[in-house]
Amino acid sequence: MFALFENPRLRGGIHAEEHKTETSSLPIATDFPLPKKLYIPVQQHVGKPAEPLVMVGDKVLKGQLLAYSQGTISAPVHAPTSGTIVDVKDFPAPHPSALPIRTVVLESDGLEQWAELNVVEDPFQLDPEEICLRVGAAGVVGLGGAVFPSAVKLSLGRKNKIHTLLINAGECEPYLTCDDRLMQERAAEIVAGIRLMLRGMDAPKALVGIEDNKPEAFAAMREATRNLPNIVVSQVPTRYPMGWDRQMLRYLTGQEIPADGRATDIGVVVHNVATAYAVYKAVCLGQPLISRVVTVSGAALAKPQNVEVPIGTLMSEVLAYCGLDKAKMARLVMGGPMMGDALPIAEVPVVKACNGILALSHADIEEPEVQPCIRCSSCVTACPVGLLPLEMASRIKVNQLDAAVDLGLKDCISCGSCSYVCPSNIPLVHYFKFASGELVKRQQAEHKAEQTKRLIEDRNHRMERIRLEAEAEAQRAAEARAARLAAQQQAQQAKAEGTEKTAPGVAAEETA
Amino acid sequence: MSSKPISGPHTAVSRRVDQIMWLVIKAMAPAIACGIFLFGWPALYLLATTVAAALLFEAFSLKVKGVAALPFLRDGSAIVTGLLVAMTLPPWAPWWIGVVGAAIAIVLGKHVYGGLGQNLFNPAMLARVALLISFPIEMTTWANVSPLFTGPGVIESLGITFGSLPNADAVTGATTLGYVKTEFSQGRLLPGSLLEYSGFLAFIGWERGSLGETSSLLLLAGGIWLMWQGVIKWHIPVSLLLSIVLLSSLFHLLDSQHYLGPWVHLNSGAVMLVAFYIATDYVTSPNTPLGQIIFGAGCGMLIYVIRTWGGYPEGTGFAILLMNAVTPLIDHYIRPRIYGRYRNGKPLDISNS
Ligand code: SF4
Ligand code: SF4
Repeated sequence: MFALFENPRLRGGIHAEEHKTETSSLPIATDFPLPKKLYIPVQQHVGKPAEPLVMVGDKVLKGQLLAYSQGTISAPVHAPTSGTIVDVKDFPAPHPSALPIRTVVLESDGLEQWAELNVVEDPFQLDPEEICLRVGAAGVVGLGGAVFPSAVKLSLGRKNKIHTLLINAGECEPYLTCDDRLMQERAAEIVAGIRLMLRGMDAPKALVGIEDNKPEAFAAMREATRNLPNIVVSQVPTRYPMGWDRQMLRYLTGQEIPADGRATDIGVVVHNVATAYAVYKAVCLGQPLISRVVTVSGAALAKPQNVEVPIGTLMSEVLAYCGLDKAKMARLVMGGPMMGDALPIAEVPVVKACNGILALSHADIEEPEVQPCIRCSSCVTACPVGLLPLEMASRIKVNQLDAAVDLGLKDCISCGSCSYVCPSNIPLVHYFKFASGELVKRQQAEHKAEQTKRLIEDRNHRMERIRLEAEAEAQRAAEARAARLAAQQQAQQAKAEGTEKTAPGVAAEETA
Repeated sequence: MSSKPISGPHTAVSRRVDQIMWLVIKAMAPAIACGIFLFGWPALYLLATTVAAALLFEAFSLKVKGVAALPFLRDGSAIVTGLLVAMTLPPWAPWWIGVVGAAIAIVLGKHVYGGLGQNLFNPAMLARVALLISFPIEMTTWANVSPLFTGPGVIESLGITFGSLPNADAVTGATTLGYVKTEFSQGRLLPGSLLEYSGFLAFIGWERGSLGETSSLLLLAGGIWLMWQGVIKWHIPVSLLLSIVLLSSLFHLLDSQHYLGPWVHLNSGAVMLVAFYIATDYVTSPNTPLGQIIFGAGCGMLIYVIRTWGGYPEGTGFAILLMNAVTPLIDHYIRPRIYGRYRNGKPLDISNS
């Protein structure tokens, strides 16, 4: 209400109903039964898909490389358990479209036989480059949902001389508690991961930001960092989207990342807390990223809880484990309810990016009719970026995409705060996502048109060149003929000295 | 399960339009009740007529546009407009004033512009100003305070509202602002003019004035409650009231013979109503905090100027309409700073961070 007294470091945001208590007090379930078949997509990260190096029929061990990373921005994937490769095919991806992508299908043998792991005596003595290499080889990606290859970020951090590693433990999305539980139960391992990251980047200090609705996690992390003055654990207010790294950075340090820049530009690298845990496992235990903790929650479940599941497990199996009542489920969401994607089917694999599986009931997603905008400016107040959602939406409605871009459409992070608060229930984010999609399409079309134009121009140039060459050739030929003729004439003249002269006009005409 | 692509958030909505409207109605209720108590049955009749007319005109306009009327009638915005119109009327005004006011507000003020959310001017203020210009006598005939059960009875009151009151002068007088204006024009100075003025009675509402405008106390309380509920923000009311206080204090200090003090200004006429319920109208005020502060301060200044030097002592309506007209301009120039950019939209410089 009294925005005047608001912290200028904290702009916008909303208080959404949390729905966290259902799962935050229960320990992470580690006894999830090993599925018969695992479906491991080769692209679970930002960047190029990994290239499969196994063939159908191959026997693989747990942790064995299944597909290797391709190019600088990519990440490998590993076998979540031991067994046989039964297929490499296109399989529906956990995406709103459920479009099939390349997927390795692994039939488990139930033995859980580990491949030989590459463990070092003292990981904290490793060279920074070596840490990055190991993190990259273990297929660690940002587990907060961004799934950017972590090793790339670490190397980038080392090159850019960063001063702060920001560990994002905001977990601001409603329902989700997987990071919360991870911190409560495995704080020491997370801190080890943070120390490795610091070493991997040659960075002097780390900040950990935890929303103040997770006091136990905060206490556990405090305890684990008691003797480490260079890792500062702080509480941040509970206000979605606190977990937007730029918001958290602004809150903790007062710094803003320039709109056209990266965190490294101001000497900061941001990693998710679950990523720190994965780094610990990769470097200290030599284990690649083959499982993750997922929050399984929602009113359609009898036993909502956090579960550690192998990557590649079908969501339907995880839901069944948590007591899904199919009749009650009105929508299946991967991720949190604010930014997560609604999935059309549950027969899709859990991937590295999947921090939540929500089976929501009708009451959870009740959607009243859309009414006209009453210009209440709630959306303006709620936007953490400082945009004018109502103005952008009204431009997009009449298809003035450029006007919307002028208003800052490209800075929109699709956090959904505006839609959440809109009393008229206007699907604002939907407009913005649609418009961004249109812009990409338009850009592609422009690109294509430009290319076509270039091709045509090239062809014209070529034709022109050919024509010019042909002309030059013709001229040369003509000149040569003329020269020949002239020589003949001279010869004739010389021969016919004293005899009748040839009419000069004829020769002139011929050479013309 | 549906297969059409859906965007988040996948949650229930926090607060809907109709809920907001009901909160506003609740906040205004005490002030309205006070008005009815102070001015008796005619006030109630006028209020009921105006609100009913507002609903009818809303239904009619929606019908003409060919949209289903029910969802819009249910959102409560027509009731709020009707109530606001009634609150600005002299409590003993004849019924047709209320009906004409409702018609202007709903049809001209709202639907001509395209309905909810599209109008440039605040409908209630548009109605008030139009009425004031068209029917100056009816709109400036102020009944004396005659609390319920001591004033005219139930039947007699019907005659006041629905018949025509033959002898208005017997029970009416001028509002404080109107009175002072008249006194000035006759060459008299302030202290003498305000002998019978009681700041306290004016604060609780015991004075001549519009149906729902007299009780500053209750309007203020309702307004603060609305802020606490998060329905309105502080920017407009505070800047509006503050600018009136500053201006009136300044001139009062310079020349207390000719200029009313801040206390009189705050407690007179529609200031409280306007500050919390009308200037804060979502549709016709700017969208950004800074824009709202500019808007509020502008309203306050214009109110003061019109009251003090203009021809209409009850000139708040004009002030609001004028500021409504510049709202699009304010919204065009005052925009929030986008994260990672300067106010002009250029990305932040890396070097200075
Ligand atoms: S929150 Fe909704 S109704 Fe309010 S201004 Fe924004 S778009 Fe309009
Ligand atoms: S979705 Fe975009 S416009 Fe809406 S609040 Fe988030 S950043 Fe702002």
